[in-house]
Amino acid sequence: MSANGKVKANAHWPAIRFTVNGESRMVNVPPMKRLLDVLREDLHLTGTKEGCGEGECGSCSVRMDNELVNSCLVPVLQAEGAEIQTVEGLALDGELHPLQKAFLKNGGAQCGICTPGMLMAAAQLLAHSPHPDEVEIREGLAGNLCRCTGFIRIFESVAAAAGTSASAPAKEPVKEPEMEQTHHAR
Amino acid sequence: MSTHATTRIVGASVPRKEGVDKLVGRACYIDDMEREGMWYGATVRSTIPRGLIGSIAFDRRIDWSEFTVVTAADIPGENIIQLIIADQPCLADGKVNHCEEPILLLAHHDKHKLREALGAVNVEYEPLPPIFTIEKSERQEQVVWGTDNLLKSFLLEKGDVDSAWARAAHVVEGEYRTGAQEHLYIENQGVIAEYSAEDGVTVWGSLQCPYYVFKALRGVFDLPDDKVRVIQTETGGAFGGKEDYPSVLASHAGLLAKKSGRPVKMIYDRMEDLAVTTKRHPARVRHRTALDKDGKLLAIQIDLDTDGGAYATLSSTVLSRATLHSTGPYLCPNVRVRARSWATNHVPYGAFRGFGAPQAIFAMERHMDEIATALGIDPVDLRRRNFLHEGDTNATEQLMREPIILDQLLDRALQESDYHAKRKQFARENAENSIKRGMGLVAFYHGSGFTGSGELYLNSLGGVDVTPEGEVRVLVSNTEFGQGTNTILTQIASEALGIEYSDVTMAAPDTDMVPNSGPTVASRTSMVVGHLIERACVQLISMLREQAGLGATHTREEFLAACERYRAAHGEVSSMCRYEAPPGIYWDDQKYHGEAYGAYAWAIYVAQVAVDTVTYSAEVENFWAVQEVGTVLHPVMAAGQIEGGIAQGIGYALYEKVVLADGRMTNNQMTNYIMPTAQDVPPIHVYFEEIPFRHGGYGAKGLGELPHDGPAPAILNAIRDATGVSFTAIPLLPEDLYAGLVASQPVEEPALP
Repeated sequence: MSANGKVKANAHWPAIRFTVNGESRMVNVPPMKRLLDVLREDLHLTGTKEGCGEGECGSCSVRMDNELVNSCLVPVLQAEGAEIQTVEGLALDGELHPLQKAFLKNGGAQCGICTPGMLMAAAQLLAHSPHPDEVEIREGLAGNLCRCTGFIRIFESVAAAAGTSASAPAKEPVKEPEMEQTHHAR
Repeated sequence: MSTHATTRIVGASVPRKEGVDKLVGRACYIDDMEREGMWYGATVRSTIPRGLIGSIAFDRRIDWSEFTVVTAADIPGENIIQLIIADQPCLADGKVNHCEEPILLLAHHDKHKLREALGAVNVEYEPLPPIFTIEKSERQEQVVWGTDNLLKSFLLEKGDVDSAWARAAHVVEGEYRTGAQEHLYIENQGVIAEYSAEDGVTVWGSLQCPYYVFKALRGVFDLPDDKVRVIQTETGGAFGGKEDYPSVLASHAGLLAKKSGRPVKMIYDRMEDLAVTTKRHPARVRHRTALDKDGKLLAIQIDLDTDGGAYATLSSTVLSRATLHSTGPYLCPNVRVRARSWATNHVPYGAFRGFGAPQAIFAMERHMDEIATALGIDPVDLRRRNFLHEGDTNATEQLMREPIILDQLLDRALQESDYHAKRKQFARENAENSIKRGMGLVAFYHGSGFTGSGELYLNSLGGVDVTPEGEVRVLVSNTEFGQGTNTILTQIASEALGIEYSDVTMAAPDTDMVPNSGPTVASRTSMVVGHLIERACVQLISMLREQAGLGATHTREEFLAACERYRAAHGEVSSMCRYEAPPGIYWDDQKYHGEAYGAYAWAIYVAQVAVDTVTYSAEVENFWAVQEVGTVLHPVMAAGQIEGGIAQGIGYALYEKVVLADGRMTNNQMTNYIMPTAQDVPPIHVYFEEIPFRHGGYGAKGLGELPHDGPAPAILNAIRDATGVSFTAIPLLPEDLYAGLVASQPVEEPALP
């Protein structure tokens, strides 16, 4: 501890190494620190959100070694050597992921706070079941709460991304609004 | 005014304005924001529902010199959260009136030390007897507010109710109850505050109404307007829950920032958010209805009472909307509504989508089915016989000047849901099955915008400007929290200005940057603010044509070039408009008489429900929502609003119970306050009929709150259809279904040996 009580990133804590969105990362933090807080505070990946802190809402969902986890329930020591994907890792080279395009087109995001977790749950679902039917989609998203949409447009978005619904998959890039940051983030 | 047959952008499902930021994780919510040297704040709260504060002891194991401690004595202005009635203290001073009432604030740079310190402040109380029910409050078992516990009352009268009973062929009575409901926005309440002598107080936060917070801060800090600034950050759901409460939290963080000299962040965790913030008002509604032999309404008498909690907050205006929606979309010559909101020692109740209407409509629409049963009339026929039509007057004797297409909506709902065939089929199948199915139908309207003279008092100002960089901006204090404000207002502006959707942005929701166009509540944004923006844009185009040589038709480049010519001559390019009431509006706030709302959205909802008589669970299997909301500005987002509201309404009916014990919420976790999940929401079929309203933005009326009004009574009507048992209270959990269904069964004769 320093004089002002702040925990310093130093050798006091063992180094924990893992991969986030394809990039090798190392942190020196208390091993029981929540993966959620490490992502947000130490790695400044604030796309992953906290909704309840007890694994009920799924807002903090990330993919870890090809499993969907609630990052609020994962002590960072469990992430040693893991491959982690967060919402920031979905779009590639500025091109939105098919799920992101489908959410944009079909109204899958409203307030947006559950959206990162919902996208990760949907990505996990499609990784294991590329063409899910409605029952599978509902099961795949059952651990993620959305209070805005009533889920209907999220189901449609996932189905559209998978090309399993009547609505066409978002093949061509949706005409996107400004890619710049919102005024809040300026 | 155009309709979307002739519009380019209005009526098209353009991409959500801030959609990409939300999808890539870049949108900046309050907890994603940091300020240099920032500390964290926390709140010491009352552990008892009512009493006098004795001593406050600080445990010596904590080094308190590291902390900033704020009490009521540190408040530079008035110790009041300014809203409607000045009764709620910012920090308790000498007494507490509900559990979790804030008493003292702490700040520290280390969140963990802060948590430890919270448990090291010991407040001693001299308890006073609390009251927790409407019944105890109206009997004045204890007087806990004012002289009689009455936060607000309204009396609405039309015709002569008293003489109607004797003429009636039928009189039907009923009592209905609705419980509290939690908003459960997925982003908890949070703010960051800064304070300096030069700039005064600045607050960033998750909130709906920047100018409500502005007004509260001005009072608490006793500062002039130019020393108060409120900036909304991306907001992760609100539903009314971030209408009034952020004023409390912003004041607290501001006080800590002032005393500590540092930016202070206060973010509630889920347990604190659920325990301390407002919820939907619980209500008790009693109906007495007179009908003639043909099932026509002769008289409606309603006693509507709500639990307002310990302080007045928004109880008066919630009660107003409940009063004005309590008689439904029906013609009745004689009406009396006595409405009262009572103080108790519960955490204050507040705004929640629907704002009193869901409680009132639950009672009315359940009661209509009870009437139908009592009279032996089909519930659909009973409604149709009594619908309001254009030219009729409603309960406040407002002349219905706009077209009303309830019959058309009803026909569509019956057809889409195959209502009659399904009812017959289920009646046949139910006899042999442990799963009983039923169909429930409701009719209702929801008034758009503020009640009565409310919009005149708000005197909203909004408009557009064009910056020297060529940025076309919508200037309003109306906020985005998922419902689509950014998108629809920029659609309207780009449509009216004759430029592209991508050419128009929203100015930052910052009280230093945007005028007060009123709060983002009451289904008013599309209709009232949308119309302001449409007018401001039409006005800008006229200015550019008359004074800057803009032609009768123009390209984007010609528009921007004309703006630059106008700027060269006038300095800035800006067009602002104030709210103007449609002509012929009359409202008497004392008698509750006249034009209650500028316009109404109308709806028929149908629920198909299955009740499992082995497990006593009820499941909504299918849902149809047919509505007329004026012009649909954005079909995808409009349907999303309807679906989301219906899901919340299903939760209100069947899942969501705020468990209160001694004035405290005991299930303040997502583990045991249950909302519908992806597995629980049925297919929802949404249909719009469009009748453009000439005083709304491109013909739009309000639709945000409407979908929360209908599901609960539709579901309980379907359960009655399925089981033959009338349930009159929500939430209706399996244990309640069990109790009701078992009680209704005839006692079986013991079998003969």
